[in-house]
Amino acid sequence: MLQVRTETPRTASLVLDLPQWPGHRPGQHVDVRLTADDGYQAQRSYSIASAPDEDQLVLTVERLDDGEVSPYLVDELHAGDQLELRGPVGGYFVWDEPLGGPLLWVAGGSGVVPFRAMWRYRRSVGSAVAVRLLCSARSLPLLIYADELRQLACDGVAVSVTLTREQPEGWQGHRGRIDRDLLAEISWRPDERALVYVCGPTAFVEAAANALVDLGHEASRIRTERFGGTGT
Amino acid sequence: MYDLDGNAIAAPLFDVFGVEMTTAVGTCRGCGWAGPLAEVAVYLVTPGVVARCPRCDALLIVIVDRRGMACLELAGFSSLEQPGGPGATGRTRPTRTEPRRTS
Repeated sequence: MLQVRTETPRTASLVLDLPQWPGHRPGQHVDVRLTADDGYQAQRSYSIASAPDEDQLVLTVERLDDGEVSPYLVDELHAGDQLELRGPVGGYFVWDEPLGGPLLWVAGGSGVVPFRAMWRYRRSVGSAVAVRLLCSARSLPLLIYADELRQLACDGVAVSVTLTREQPEGWQGHRGRIDRDLLAEISWRPDERALVYVCGPTAFVEAAANALVDLGHEASRIRTERFGGTGT
Repeated sequence: MYDLDGNAIAAPLFDVFGVEMTTAVGTCRGCGWAGPLAEVAVYLVTPGVVARCPRCDALLIVIVDRRGMACLELAGFSSLEQPGGPGATGRTRPTRTEPRRTS
């Protein structure tokens, strides 16, 4: 572990030095395994937040208060600690250049993590694939990668943010949960045949994916990833 | 409502099949739902993994680790196939499989 970087009050990015790392596809995960002194083991899957060509592997982890693994990763780990992980794994929720676009990425809470790997990869390979990214967070302080999201517009990624519970004064973005109307406003037309990725807590993913199908998007071009997170 | 989907069990699936399986398409014997294993509903249970049909909740996958042996149950699928690409396994009609040593 090289560094633990606080992203929001609930999330931290773990910057890992892995000299033997075989490389990964944007969107893949690693499984992190913790072993207690008594031998008890717990294993969880976390999305990789860094692009394949970066020197360090980054995992951004949200602390789930009743979690077995995430509180330790977010609150207890320090630079210099060792971590047992395996990967990369997963071949479904991935995007790389040959898959083309245009792309719609829909993120609920820490569901934005795999998209960071994708947008950093897209920039590093100089891809011209058009991207629209919609992020949902409870409030601005809980929006992960807020600074990086602001810069993404310069890279040709159209970023929309909706804050569901609390908006700062003068907030120009969207308000409330992602629904059919918001998706209709920001997503590609169905005849543009976008490749759609939706990542977030289960209820969020179900709502977004169903609304997109309802709007006429092909179910077979929508890829989803659900996790036990909070905060959309 | 379940918390995780099949993306979260890519590693244990790889361990028992020896290939990436979240893109493999399974068909539920109970209701006919067909989709990639990434879309099944996953419950992490000690000491293993349970996956159910996202439509009818039928039991599709059980992986239990017993003293280094992975015991796999897939009888809830009427078919399971890896469409093309490296690691394609072809159409199979899985039933109870022999335990396979993973470590």
